[in-house]
Amino acid sequence: MGKAPGWRELPRGAVIPEPGSSVRYKTYTWRVLRPVIDQEKCIRCRICWTYCPEPAIIEVEEPYTTKTGRTYRVTYRIDYDYCKGCGICAEECPVKAITMVEEVV
Amino acid sequence: MGGKVIPISGNYAVAYAAKAVDVDVVAAYPITPQTAVVEKLAEFVANGELDAEFIHVESEHSALSAVVGASAAGARVFTATSAQGLLLMYEVMHIASTMRLPVVMSIATRAISAPINIWCDHSDFMASSDTGWIMLMALNAQEAHDLTVAAFRIAEDPEVELPVAVGYDGFWVSHTVEPVEVLEKDEALKYAPKRRRQYVLDPERPLTMGSLASPDWYFEFRVQLHDAVERSREVILRAFDEFGKSFGRVYKPVDGYFTDNADLVLISMGSASGTALTYVEEARKSGVRVGLVNIRQFRPFPEEELYKHLEGAGVVAVVDRALNPGSAFVGPLYSDVVLTLFKRGLDIPVLDFVVGLGGRAVTRRDFDEITKRSLAYLGKRMKDIKQHYAFIGVRE
Repeated sequence: MGKAPGWRELPRGAVIPEPGSSVRYKTYTWRVLRPVIDQEKCIRCRICWTYCPEPAIIEVEEPYTTKTGRTYRVTYRIDYDYCKGCGICAEECPVKAITMVEEVV
Repeated sequence: MGGKVIPISGNYAVAYAAKAVDVDVVAAYPITPQTAVVEKLAEFVANGELDAEFIHVESEHSALSAVVGASAAGARVFTATSAQGLLLMYEVMHIASTMRLPVVMSIATRAISAPINIWCDHSDFMASSDTGWIMLMALNAQEAHDLTVAAFRIAEDPEVELPVAVGYDGFWVSHTVEPVEVLEKDEALKYAPKRRRQYVLDPERPLTMGSLASPDWYFEFRVQLHDAVERSREVILRAFDEFGKSFGRVYKPVDGYFTDNADLVLISMGSASGTALTYVEEARKSGVRVGLVNIRQFRPFPEEELYKHLEGAGVVAVVDRALNPGSAFVGPLYSDVVLTLFKRGLDIPVLDFVVGLGGRAVTRRDFDEITKRSLAYLGKRMKDIKQHYAFIGVRE
């Protein structure tokens, strides 16, 4: 922190004049357990996407065909830069397609 | 110069001040401990005399939060409270100050529960003394009016940008009627013009207010706050000076009466200073060398101005209308006075007299007793005092 600005240089009242700067704060360091989506089990119901408080569930336009031959238009991924590992997605998933796996440093 | 003189209560005097400076947003919770300040403002808004948004909220915490939000959006804002209501606002008071939002609030100073009591003392006001707000205390209804107008100019000064609280004694000032010269809108706005601040919430220029500050950042913003409160001293002096030039009533951070080479200087705040002055004038006639200091600016504490009135004194008696049980100082005003003298190396006896809690009247007889007890220490030093404080007017 040696080069960080002193109190005289900082914007008045802790205002952050630049919008959207919080994206630079990657909150993944808070994570102890990491959610992993089993694409075979996932039924693309969007419940994890709805419930994620971050939001760190990303819906991508990427078709996926399961081994049983079912094709989905979209795929759900985890944004591991911001996922804090709260586990809400795993808790809410109706088909238990999300597992919380211990982070290994 | 000057508006018309009308007979109004201290509460209405404050409401007329907020109207004169053309506030944009008022938020208030309408039941006790609220006073008629916001009732009158609601009337002004309802009958079209004041073009403001009046927000009815569900608590004092929300009242202050609502004006914090409106102030962040650049509005000129006002709220009012007392006692338990002020305690409920306590959390948000710190938010308003460190976020540097120029909220103006009037406080009809009252006792706090328990037991339930709606009458005057300074317990609520004193409990807010560490919030980073500029705190002024009016002596009467005219001052409540004038200081509220001045508060907007001080709060919104680009050098300051801090919330300001204007205290005036519950019931003794808030609910008694006095002749008050009410300022007109054009002259009040000329004195306290609205300004656009550097940072306001604006969809065209997005920014973040009220963000998280980790240990790497928090400390700096608290020091910024302290610095702003310190720098407000000059701005307050200029605001008072300009007020005197514009409207003919001259205010100072402290008033001194007969303090030159006085054997005893009494220090008081609020309406009791009026009673004290009457006592001092009488006592002087009978040869008692007693003086008085009235504290008008409580935060930032006017050490230099106060010291000028105390440096020639034999004994100092602080009249406190609040109590900090178990502290080293007992009465809160006492601690500021003792430190003011100690820091300058002046070792004279300073006594603390706690008076008038929960609306008990403070009389000339009380000041006479305080004077007699204090003068017994003339020529002594601080360490000669066995008991530094006493309760005046309490039943043993």
